[in-house]
Amino acid sequence: MPKWGMTADLDRCNGCGACVTACHAENNISTVGAEQAARGRAKHWIRVERYWEGDFPDVRLKFRPVMCQQCDNAPCEPVCPTYASHHTADGLNAQVYNRCIGTRYCANACPYNVRFFDFFNPSWDKPLHLQLNPDVSLREVGVMEKCTFCVQRIKAVTIQAKADDRPIADGEIQPACAQACPARALVFGDLEDPESAVSRLSKSSRGSKLLEDLGTRPSVTYLDRQS
Amino acid sequence: MDSTTPQVAHSTSGLPPDQRITSDLLRPLMQTSWRFYLLVAVFGGIVLTALVAWMSQITRGFGITGIRWPVYWGFYVTSFVFWIGISHAGTLISAILRLVNAGWRRPVTRCAEVITVFALMIGAMFPIIHLGRPWLAFWLFPYPSERMIWPNFRSPLVWDFFAINTYLTGSVLFLFLPMIPDFAVVRDKSTGVRQRIYRVLALGWRGTPKQWHRLETAMQIMAIAIIPVAVSVHTIVSFDFSMAPVPMWQSTIFGPYFVAGAIFSGIAALLIAMAVLRRFLHLEHYLHPVHFENLGKLLLMMALLWGYFVFNERLVTYYGNKPAEMAVFWRTQRESFAPLYWTMVICNFALPLVLMGIRRFRTITGCVIASCGVVIGMWLERFLIIVPSLGHKYLPYSYGIYRPQPVEILIAGATFAAMTLLYVLFAKFVPIISIWELKAGEHVPATLIPPATEEHPLGELHL
Repeated sequence: MPKWGMTADLDRCNGCGACVTACHAENNISTVGAEQAARGRAKHWIRVERYWEGDFPDVRLKFRPVMCQQCDNAPCEPVCPTYASHHTADGLNAQVYNRCIGTRYCANACPYNVRFFDFFNPSWDKPLHLQLNPDVSLREVGVMEKCTFCVQRIKAVTIQAKADDRPIADGEIQPACAQACPARALVFGDLEDPESAVSRLSKSSRGSKLLEDLGTRPSVTYLDRQS
Repeated sequence: MDSTTPQVAHSTSGLPPDQRITSDLLRPLMQTSWRFYLLVAVFGGIVLTALVAWMSQITRGFGITGIRWPVYWGFYVTSFVFWIGISHAGTLISAILRLVNAGWRRPVTRCAEVITVFALMIGAMFPIIHLGRPWLAFWLFPYPSERMIWPNFRSPLVWDFFAINTYLTGSVLFLFLPMIPDFAVVRDKSTGVRQRIYRVLALGWRGTPKQWHRLETAMQIMAIAIIPVAVSVHTIVSFDFSMAPVPMWQSTIFGPYFVAGAIFSGIAALLIAMAVLRRFLHLEHYLHPVHFENLGKLLLMMALLWGYFVFNERLVTYYGNKPAEMAVFWRTQRESFAPLYWTMVICNFALPLVLMGIRRFRTITGCVIASCGVVIGMWLERFLIIVPSLGHKYLPYSYGIYRPQPVEILIAGATFAAMTLLYVLFAKFVPIISIWELKAGEHVPATLIPPATEEHPLGELHL
């Protein structure tokens, strides 16, 4: 059984935001418009956090792409009264939209604030409504949604590999964010396979987890900046 | 309401005590003035408006509230915790005072028990109002469904579901049992449809020694059973917060802190209700200044306990000095939430301490002012536990500011109208002061409740 994980190289990330756009397109994330976005209703399953360091004029801008950390010890899971948020066998922190009744408790429990509530039924500015992904279900008003590590792509490759009776090659599964990243800052793969790129990178001495001291055991490793 | 019976139309002062009590306390049931209809119309109108607001929230989407990323709980959960807290009035006053057989409790118990039942009903609506998909609220019920999924018993929200249902069932029983003999009194005094309704409610009460014995036993059992249930309910409500890794939520003190706060706000609500009833139903003969004074002393004690808990919580956080906790700490202590925070401290601590601590101010008016302060302060306390923490969770990039929108303000505000409406209706159909318990107290040779004097500062306790 694979254990899906990701590394984000902060040395490579230049904050371009391609991952955010790709994620929106891949996962049918509805847009809410500028006004609602300003009121905190935007849903970015992956976001690029910007932090400034130092005092003007010696400021340095740091970027950190933050998506669901797919915690092994996820705080969102035990609090959900309907098992909408639950753990899959391959280490994903799954969200079952049809089970969700919208208590929003999971989002409060999440220390990374990567869970998003659907305040309205989904809608898109034209012509975005023409590019919906048929592999991803739409979410109706009142449910929580979040990054799935592009579970539809994981499933598609897994099923194909099983049909071909072959193992899944490293790098065969690419979530939309990793695929779109021009700097190749995001690397996705199987953490159980010691030879995979993600395994080797996540063992790097530069590696650390986000808010590691909370004990959530995330599946995403950040490679710290050296420069 | 039908016309008044001739018996109660007369002046009651010349009657013997038992008959005087009966006719005085049945008067609100038998006589209906235009003011009753006005009250019902006004408060019913507010409740209906709130219902329309909720419907529009469902049809137009949850987006019309001020809830946002990352502050996903706001006015609704604040109101939930607040009303569940208010519901602790009944248990403490009624169950504990019954168990110690405090004589001065007799006119107070039913006012208190009714607050419990109605506040619980109002509080229990909020977990449904705040749901993203309220039409699926029944998925919290543990029933064998075609989905083959039980509720997640690890979730504090499921514990809430069981705790509140247990408490509601228990407190309805606890309210209903001592009403049975009074229903029988109304049945015997009335005619027509009303008599038939109260005959059903009285459950065949004849006042035989066997019935009295069973009633006393049942009430004794309920009084003992309801206290741990009440304590557990607000502890579990506090678990909604303390079980999540959110700065300033994960606190071992939250259980007792919430229970103390709940009893505190419950006593305040009871004092306000008693003062209003005394004024408008002319119950000056039954609700004496000594009742207010005794409850005022309880309020003072709870204010001190509340202050102790807040001091503990704040000081331990300050010395722990963890970055995420301190961000929330300073936000409430000094920064954007400081005005609300210090209002809370004044309302919950300074005001009751001064008004209830100094005997000269411990009058009915003083009690009502202090209680209004406590109700406001306790509402703010819940708001200040929920919102600043959620808006200031670990990653500074995801900080957020919550601004309540009209729909939330309307629904949260209308709960007070709902409480008043339910109370007015209840006082119209059930004697708000227990007739038989008051009579039982009357048969004690001494006067029923001596006013607070130098010799009897607590009133007389029949232990």
